Amino acid sequence: MNQPNPTISKGIDWSLVWIYLLLVAIGLTAIFAATYKEGDPLLQSFLKFKTDYSKQFYFFIASAVFALFVLLTDSKFFSATANIWYTFGILLLLLVFPFHSRVKGTESIIKVGSTFQFQPAEFCKICVALALAKYISRPETDFSKTRSQFIAACIALLPAGLTIMQSETGLALVYFAFSIVMYREGLPSIFLIIGFAVAALIVASIIVEPNTLAVILTGIALLTIYILRKPINRKRSILVTIVFLWFVCVGIQRFAVPFLFKKVLAKHQVERIYDLFGKENPYRLKGEVEATPKKKETGTSYNVRQSRIAIGSGGTWGKGLLKGTQTRNDFVPEQRTDFIFCTVGEGFGFAGSIVLMGIYLVLLFRIITLAERQRSTFSRCYAYGVAGVFFFHIAINIGMTVGLAPVIGIPLPFVSYGGTSLLTFTLLLFILIRLDADRQMVLR
Amino acid sequence: MPAFNQSRSRIIRLIFLVAFLVIVGQLFYLQVISGKYQRLADENAILKKTVYPPRGLVLDRKKNIIVNNTTAYDLMVTPSMARGIDTAFFCQLLDIDTAEYRRRILNIIFKNKSAVRSSLFEASLSPEKFARLQENLWKFQNAFFIQDRPVRSYPFNCAANIVGYIGEVDSSYLRRHKDDGYQIGDYAGITGMENSYEKALMGQRGVQYFLKDNFNRIKGPYEGGSMDEEAIAGDNLFTSLDIELQKEGEKLMINKVGSIVAIDPKTGGILAMVSSPTYDPNYLTGADRGRHVADLNQDPRLPFLNRAVNANYSPGSTFKTLQALVGLHENMITTSTIFSCSGAFYGCGTVKAMKCLDPGTFFLRTAITHSCNTYFANVMQRVINNPKFPDIDSSLRSWNRYMYAFGLGHKLGVDIPTEQKGNIPTPEDFNKVYGKGRWGYCNFRSVSIGQGEVNATPIQVANEMAYLANKGWYIIPHLVDSIDGGDKFGLLERFKVKNVPIDIPDSIFTAVQDGMQGVMETGTGRAAKVPGIVVCGKTGTVENYYRGVKQKNHSFFAAFAPRDNPKIAIMCVVENSGFGATFAAPIVSLMIEKYLNDTIASNRLGIEENLVKTSLIPALMLKKMKTRDSLRQVRMDSLERVRIKLDDLDQQDNDPVTDTTQTNNGGGPGNGAPVKKISGESFMILQADRKSNHGIAKRNKILSTEV
Repeated sequence: MNQPNPTISKGIDWSLVWIYLLLVAIGLTAIFAATYKEGDPLLQSFLKFKTDYSKQFYFFIASAVFALFVLLTDSKFFSATANIWYTFGILLLLLVFPFHSRVKGTESIIKVGSTFQFQPAEFCKICVALALAKYISRPETDFSKTRSQFIAACIALLPAGLTIMQSETGLALVYFAFSIVMYREGLPSIFLIIGFAVAALIVASIIVEPNTLAVILTGIALLTIYILRKPINRKRSILVTIVFLWFVCVGIQRFAVPFLFKKVLAKHQVERIYDLFGKENPYRLKGEVEATPKKKETGTSYNVRQSRIAIGSGGTWGKGLLKGTQTRNDFVPEQRTDFIFCTVGEGFGFAGSIVLMGIYLVLLFRIITLAERQRSTFSRCYAYGVAGVFFFHIAINIGMTVGLAPVIGIPLPFVSYGGTSLLTFTLLLFILIRLDADRQMVLR
Repeated sequence: MPAFNQSRSRIIRLIFLVAFLVIVGQLFYLQVISGKYQRLADENAILKKTVYPPRGLVLDRKKNIIVNNTTAYDLMVTPSMARGIDTAFFCQLLDIDTAEYRRRILNIIFKNKSAVRSSLFEASLSPEKFARLQENLWKFQNAFFIQDRPVRSYPFNCAANIVGYIGEVDSSYLRRHKDDGYQIGDYAGITGMENSYEKALMGQRGVQYFLKDNFNRIKGPYEGGSMDEEAIAGDNLFTSLDIELQKEGEKLMINKVGSIVAIDPKTGGILAMVSSPTYDPNYLTGADRGRHVADLNQDPRLPFLNRAVNANYSPGSTFKTLQALVGLHENMITTSTIFSCSGAFYGCGTVKAMKCLDPGTFFLRTAITHSCNTYFANVMQRVINNPKFPDIDSSLRSWNRYMYAFGLGHKLGVDIPTEQKGNIPTPEDFNKVYGKGRWGYCNFRSVSIGQGEVNATPIQVANEMAYLANKGWYIIPHLVDSIDGGDKFGLLERFKVKNVPIDIPDSIFTAVQDGMQGVMETGTGRAAKVPGIVVCGKTGTVENYYRGVKQKNHSFFAAFAPRDNPKIAIMCVVENSGFGATFAAPIVSLMIEKYLNDTIASNRLGIEENLVKTSLIPALMLKKMKTRDSLRQVRMDSLERVRIKLDDLDQQDNDPVTDTTQTNNGGGPGNGAPVKKISGESFMILQADRKSNHGIAKRNKILSTEV
């Protein structure tokens, strides 16, 4: 164990590496398809770091170098330095406040020189995954205790809070993906149920008119009492619970949701959420001019509409590489970054989309398989952290391009254009691969 | 510890799987089930551009091009780009002064409410201006550019009513031609041949597909142009017209109201079809087309009316030849039957007796030659009162069948739209007017000499002559002999059929032709003899009424020539001009000479010149024109006053609003379409008129004289 590995390839899970390379290749192709203009000198622009696909290629090279370093590192290094990384990540996030530069409405980017930008919020995911794993795997942590669960949640939510303060709500939401880790490690199922229930209630209060919803909730409560009248006779506390639940539900519906939409979320975020359900935002401030339909076209719904048209027009088999009329002519905004899936959907149709989704599903399942075969809690927790982050990105990103999720600017792992995100995802994955290679080690 | 909670990995996998399946379901809906996104994408990204093929040409029987395609060059301006150009030099190129330049630019900005949209600065540049501009246009790049526009041109400046004109399609046209692929802004034939042969002339439109981006900028051809459809040029029409004869006819009809129709009896091909007054077809091609159309529409001389097919006249004495045919064929008379006229037809009593021209005793040939009214009144009386019929209804019906067979009382099927059918009185008509059984021959005796209830269009009368010339058959008169590339739409089929409606022996035709030859030699038409050619003709002098007031007689003449192997059947009507022999007959005689001999003999040029000089515009029409012009004068005068006032204001204050208001009559003097002179003929719009300060009548490019 103390002796260095004779080769770095020993114990490496090659299937993940191949999936990784495949996804990066798909990403490069998609970025190429979205940004290549007829008549561009291909080789020249490739070498000169001018076009997005050449930039992304160099990002990939850089990421690969980092990945190699990761593979060369002793796996104990990650568990040993997890807390340091976390502190470093938080410091970087704090550093953004005095040093950020405004790029496309976000305040989360640090510029280094004139060409390089760095988004600490992206990078911080790795730190959180490590720190969370470290905390849960501590011998003295008993995760069945509420206190430990609370501390773990705080570890994940601290950077989320800082990210929200940088107006990057989308990126912040990613940290909720770590609940998967906690769930795996014994967070009571009731949290999951409560989480789903609250989500469902919020959605319901968006779709259904408030008074109607209150009546429906009361009806459900009365029906439950009627069905459970015999147990209630025996045990009064059931009735108290039901009444309490009814009270909480109506409270959330009548007060918490309007509070959330009015005071917590920014106006454009509320608009996006209501757009998703095809509703007008009722929480517009008084005296605010009603947005004309034409103006609305240019907003979020324009993005989603164009994105749906691009994907929908791909049909079953797609139009072919570089043949997409929508993605090739800039109808979909942000199509090389957040809306990159449109290029795939239009160019390769339903077949291509399913293949890409399939590859992602294989990736996720493979990570879970890896997680379950770890002997150390640290590695397992970390692996679930990676799975959670990937899942959240994939589901929300593709979900928003097809109109199932609100538009929050998060990239599609390995495929979207962007140096920081590619590097972050690469490191996330390769640390896992490195840990997995040493899975025989129990203690860290 | 590892085994602890291991089952939850399956739940996590399940959550992942469900989320993915939901997304795949949505993808399936978007990409496979819902078809609308393909359409939306195409609407987004593909620009469909129609390519218009050149319209087919129209050629005459000698392969002269009558209707051609040319390109007009319009000078366009983008006012916002025109700042800081060398205005003085530019105005020099265009022969305008800087004030005019300023006026036009301000006018455009005012009209468009914008200075960035490009607009017409000057339409249909003359070749000289075009050449000058071409050389220097680079100096005014961005501000000015030249746009080409395909237009019809008419090298002979004639046959306007026959060829018709093209115009922008309106919504009702689009509704009627739903499946022909027209769209708003397209041009289609509105009248004349342009309309009836639209299908052949329009050709096949092409389509070009372009890719556009999110700012509607064209990014290049779609699919490399592989889906584009080539435009196919329209088919050329080969007509039977003799354009020289047509020109001669139009020249002879200057300042007269009426029509000439000449047909080749062998083929039914129309050699010339003159309707007067007419207009210069080139007048309707310029940029001011819309205004010119409106102008002609309001003209009291009705230049758009194609009298050859649209005007109903009583056929007058030319109708007598047909009565002779019926009488002979029904054995009611023989060639030697004699009726005498003591001054009038007394067969129906002495009240309002029908007078004859010169009293005497006539048999058939002399009756035709001298156009004896009494003779034909008697013939028809016998036909109608033929004892073989039980009642007058059936005898009149039998007579009707003859008339229909001769091509009267129904549309012939000429290839010009809106042909009129004329009128042949039927027993039903009389039953309605008089009550059944309460009328007799005497109620309509004037029909026997082509007056009263009978009506025919000039083309029907000309066809009658072709029928007589051919001794019993005719082909429906038509303009187009063949279509380049074949008759794909079956437009010409009806012109290939020989109509032999009734089997009448040749001897009967010979008898009638004898009479008609006599007309030219010793009878009413002897003044219109054509030296060296045996012509069969018949004069007509048609009484007519306008709102119950008797007007001057119409002069009719119908003929065919030569008698053996006839080559031309022709009729002429000159409205309100007097005896058939005075005007219509000499016009026909000159036309026959022109067609058969190619030229008019020098000793007869004097007759031609006299005819051309004579103005026979009916008094009624002159009155109407006077009224219109004085109204216009009043309007123009008031406009002029406003203009002068505004000019004064403008000199004090350069307010653009004032400036543009005064240009409301900007299309006024000197700004109209360029005048094309037709070989020095005086029938063009008068230059003096155009230059008149008040601009009255300047737009009446009518083939007519000063009033």
